[in-house]
Amino acid sequence: MNDMSKVEPPPLRFEAPPSTSLLAHAKHIVAENPVTGLAFGLFALILFAAIFGPLVVPYDPLASNTSSALKPPSAAHWFGTDQLGRDIFSRVVTATRLDFTIAVASVALVFLLGGLAGVAAGFFGGWVDTIVGRVADTIMAFPLFVLAMGIVAALGNSVTNIVIATAIINFPLYARVARAEANVRRGAGFVQAARLSGNSEWRLLLTQIVPNIMPIMAVQMSLTMGYAILNAAGLSFIGLGVRPPTPEWGIMVAEGASFIVSGEWWIAFFPGLALMTAVFCFNLLGDGVRDLVDPQRRN
Amino acid sequence: MLGLIIARLKTTIPSILGVIIVTFLLTRVLPGDTAAYFAGPAATPQAIAEIRGKLGLDQPLPVQFVSYVSALVKGDLGQSLTTGQPVTADLAQRLPASAELTLFGLLISMAIALPLGVLAAVRQGSWIDHLCRIVATAGVSLPVFFTGLLLVYVFYFILGWAPAPLGRLDVFFSEPPRVTGFLLVDSVIARDPETFRAALSQILLPALTLAIFSLAPITRMTRASMLAVLGADFVRTARASGLSSRTVIGTYAFRNAMLPVVTTLGMVFSFLLGANVLVEKVFAWPGVGSYAVEALIASDYAPIQGFVLTMAILYVALNLAIDILYGVIDPRVRLEG
Repeated sequence: MNDMSKVEPPPLRFEAPPSTSLLAHAKHIVAENPVTGLAFGLFALILFAAIFGPLVVPYDPLASNTSSALKPPSAAHWFGTDQLGRDIFSRVVTATRLDFTIAVASVALVFLLGGLAGVAAGFFGGWVDTIVGRVADTIMAFPLFVLAMGIVAALGNSVTNIVIATAIINFPLYARVARAEANVRRGAGFVQAARLSGNSEWRLLLTQIVPNIMPIMAVQMSLTMGYAILNAAGLSFIGLGVRPPTPEWGIMVAEGASFIVSGEWWIAFFPGLALMTAVFCFNLLGDGVRDLVDPQRRN
Repeated sequence: MLGLIIARLKTTIPSILGVIIVTFLLTRVLPGDTAAYFAGPAATPQAIAEIRGKLGLDQPLPVQFVSYVSALVKGDLGQSLTTGQPVTADLAQRLPASAELTLFGLLISMAIALPLGVLAAVRQGSWIDHLCRIVATAGVSLPVFFTGLLLVYVFYFILGWAPAPLGRLDVFFSEPPRVTGFLLVDSVIARDPETFRAALSQILLPALTLAIFSLAPITRMTRASMLAVLGADFVRTARASGLSSRTVIGTYAFRNAMLPVVTTLGMVFSFLLGANVLVEKVFAWPGVGSYAVEALIASDYAPIQGFVLTMAILYVALNLAIDILYGVIDPRVRLEG
């Protein structure tokens, strides 16, 4: 694929040559697939809520007001109020930052650990490959959510440990993709050329292999973001990590769960809806990012 | 066949070893002094040291590992502080409830997903194909605890069709004599249609929640592998030989398309065993998942570790069963194995 010895005649083109700028390419992809456009729009909304959310919400997300407890959605409280009279809209919007941070942090962590371990395994082979493979297999031998529960229980009940647990259960996925991609490239012409010019193996790994598998890892990251959010919310739903009264989607659904049977649906519904929208957005976004950086895999 | 089973059994040994090592590490090496925890907050350093000696925590790690494994072999997972029972007994008592729920959920899921996937592949591009795509996309985005709550709201609060989400059996019914631990099966054995109906109405919503959750991967896989098989030469030959499309799809295509679907079941079980914990919490289902959640809240560590270990070994065993089933369905695997 990197064989430059053959000089091919320039292909015939009947259309304007594609622009090389990423932005123009992004525009093209959004225009072609409106669902991807929707996903990018939702993502912008989530990003906005995560950054500016706490500044723009109408009420203090922690302020309780027992005189207006358990009120259904109205003009004053768009998403209603919970059992302590807290405004659910404000809490849902404020929670975006925490949920988003947990997902981004865990994906970044597993990208570093899993990505590097996988690249090293694919590039060096031998015992490095064996060890990384064994670790990944051992993690895969557990039902993943159950393993995450066990890790958080052992490490201690905190948000940091939710991030760590979510990263660990995603490790095999990243290590395998990175390993396969690095393995394909380790004998490529450009790597051998760099080796012949006297670069050390580690330098080859970091300057030749890693930059080349970045696009595929980016796709992997956006595809696992949704799963990371879902997993973190699941853990906090069963009472791990985030503690009340901190607004977080999983724990808010848990708080509203006991009111479902008496008909106060809005307490659990809106945080759940926010969670669902975020996961849906990230899943669609994964496909969009794949179209953007890796056109060969488009379907 | 026996050779295949033995060969597969050998491949599970590293997995089991890995699982035992990881659960051991989770209990011993990580922060948090177990001895200080058992001694209570008001303990003197002397008392903590004494407990450490009693628990064997002052021994070197390899020695601790050996005693951990030998306790495991005897089926000793420690004592639960909240129930005061051995963890093994607690888990054994609650496991049937979880197994019944998971299997019933999987059964519903297969009953919907297989026909849907096959129809979507046979009538590619029709409304049923689009429905299939929506199910596959929406299914992976739905948080399982949220689906469960929505179902409770609609079917219990609004429609009143389902009983309150409070466990396996209404308080007015008594459990049938325990044979399998599965209430649906036991009530049939006891020839008690009333109890059967009561148990069925309780299990329906949680099982449906799990089914919706696992629908997406099974549907997608069925559709994809059915499409691949329908394009194969032997299907074309069967069609050209004038066989009815029913025979072609049912006998020739479907049986071959099932192979990749059986493989995906491994992944589906990984999801299901995790989702089970959340569903059990939503429906107050007295299974191992809610046992672990209760223990988590009470900071009772032995049950959690027992739960993680049991689930992992169960999962390894399920994967082994799937591998063997694969060999039964596909003779080619048997020859290679």
